[in-house]
Amino acid sequence: MPKIEVKHVTKIFGTSTKSALKLLHEGESKEVIKRKTNASIGVNRVSFDVESGEFFVIVGLSESGKSTLLRLLNRLIPPTEGEILIDGKDVVQMSPEQLREVRQKKMSMVFQKFALLPYRTVLENVAFGLEVMGVEKAERKKKATACLEMVDLEQLADRFPEQLSDDMQQRVGMARALANDPDVLLMDEPFSAFDPLVRKDLQDELMELQRRLRKTIVFTTQDLEEALRLGDRIAVMKDGEMVQIGTAEEILNRPVNEYVEQFVKDVNRSKILTAGAVMTKGERAVIGRDGSRQVLKKMRERRIPTLLVTDRDHQLIGFITIDGINKALLQGIPWEKMIIREVVRVKRETSISEILSLLQKNNPLHPIVVTDERGQLLGMVERGSVLAALTGNGGNTS
Amino acid sequence: MKIPKIPLSDWVDALLDWMQSHLGFLFSLISGIVEPIVAFFQGIFSILPPIVTIVLIALYSWWLARWRMGLFSLFGLLLIDHLGYWKESVETISFVLTSALISILIGIPLGIWLGRNRTGHKVVSPLLNLMQTIPAFVYLIPAVFFFSLGTVSGIIASVIFSMPPTIRMTSLGLRQVPKELLEVADAFGSTPAQKLWKIEIPVARPTIMAGINQTLMLSLSMVIIASIIGTGGLGERVLQSLTDLQVGKGFEAGLAIVIIAVIFKRLAQSVAKKDR
Repeated sequence: MPKIEVKHVTKIFGTSTKSALKLLHEGESKEVIKRKTNASIGVNRVSFDVESGEFFVIVGLSESGKSTLLRLLNRLIPPTEGEILIDGKDVVQMSPEQLREVRQKKMSMVFQKFALLPYRTVLENVAFGLEVMGVEKAERKKKATACLEMVDLEQLADRFPEQLSDDMQQRVGMARALANDPDVLLMDEPFSAFDPLVRKDLQDELMELQRRLRKTIVFTTQDLEEALRLGDRIAVMKDGEMVQIGTAEEILNRPVNEYVEQFVKDVNRSKILTAGAVMTKGERAVIGRDGSRQVLKKMRERRIPTLLVTDRDHQLIGFITIDGINKALLQGIPWEKMIIREVVRVKRETSISEILSLLQKNNPLHPIVVTDERGQLLGMVERGSVLAALTGNGGNTS
Repeated sequence: MKIPKIPLSDWVDALLDWMQSHLGFLFSLISGIVEPIVAFFQGIFSILPPIVTIVLIALYSWWLARWRMGLFSLFGLLLIDHLGYWKESVETISFVLTSALISILIGIPLGIWLGRNRTGHKVVSPLLNLMQTIPAFVYLIPAVFFFSLGTVSGIIASVIFSMPPTIRMTSLGLRQVPKELLEVADAFGSTPAQKLWKIEIPVARPTIMAGINQTLMLSLSMVIIASIIGTGGLGERVLQSLTDLQVGKGFEAGLAIVIIAVIFKRLAQSVAKKDR
């Protein structure tokens, strides 16, 4: 079951929302509805799911409805119609008590302007959610301190927010949101107030936290690069509608319409696209299983000059060239002796810009291999697929 | 053609008559509440010899504000005692404290309600303007009417006159709480009461304190006016010197009021700062 299910949710602002909703269902445009009823449509019949542990980013320009949509999830703004299920329970139908419980325990929020309480110390700010829950003081302090440690601010616990730099304040905001140990984090343009360098630091910190904590995150931003960098999946919003939902690669390489195409046009793809997006499966020989002739046959059939070599557990050993295998056959020695073990390895997350510089240094005939953290073979990166991805044609989605 | 005069004064009189005959129990209840409060404050300031009380007040203001303030309190109050106005000063201080306390007890909840209720705000706001613009003297008449001559009627008049700033500033402070902080309260699942006590009141606190400060000053200004209807204290001495044309005496009493006003104002400001 998805963590969050949003079904057909609409938010209309104004006084005559009912008639506006009716007009909307009759297929009238936003402009006509605005003229007839003076109601404006914030979010227009949006549906999506977010899986547990997923980093879901909603990207759109200002007034696209992304902040409204985020606030519908915890009902800071009540929807005009539709269902919002958290763990299968409809937030829209909840009583005030049930809603408070969900907000206290299941989801918390990080705000664009930090929204720290100026009359409370950093520690007291972080403990706010726990205090609301009724956690007793000693326990509160312990948990809040632990959260401050996660963002490396424990030594500033007794300062007041105004004494902290902006990025520190936002890290306090993140610690506050984590203090109740919620499943879902709602983040409303949390990094939009920062210059690019600081923003990148905060993004890194958030990604590191996410690696450890595996929260379900719904994150809004105006910055497409930020969205592509952070999101497992990205939803592009325009005028209250969700135009496209997909992974970074899908959004970049297969925009569904002209709007998304325009939107992604200026993105620096080399920073966004990763090895995972452009890698191909990579043919391999298995040590101790394949004989010399089989290896040679594989290379001839596929017309490739090199073949990756792994053991039976997919563990990467190295690669072998066609010259090497010919030599082994000629001299009658086992082909395993000819394996070249110095091989350029990259991770799935390695960006294309790094791979480009590796490609320059590397022998053009030698492969660049993608492995996971345990050294298992995932695939290989070829010059051609990198270039294709950079020009926006092709690149596979994995 | 002669237009008949609207019998406005008759109507008001009739209303007061009706209130006097039907709401008498209410007025004696109010008297019964106010009198002990005044007595309580007077008691506090009279338990110890004046010198000790003065030193304690000076120490308190030194602790609360700065040493300069402590020194000012010490010498100011000693001067008052030396000139022979201590007893009257205690009466005046008790009068102001009582009236301010009542204003706060009524004004802050009312202000909170108005801060959340737009309609209420629209209705009450002109009423508050009226309360503050009607000359303070006018309150004396009905006050005497219901509570007879004495300190209680003075305090009632003072409360009516000096309460509006507390109400107004409380409501203003609440309406000025940034929207995102209210969202914080909701997003973390606060109950309405938690929202009020943990977010709205602390954020609005400086504004509320400014209102209370104004209320204190206004009720101090009522000290002299209220003396007309038999409220004792420094005001009575000023009034006396006025009728006897003793400028010197009047100046002494007036100076005592100024000293007390300065101490009140500074202490109230320091309390507001210390909370931050």
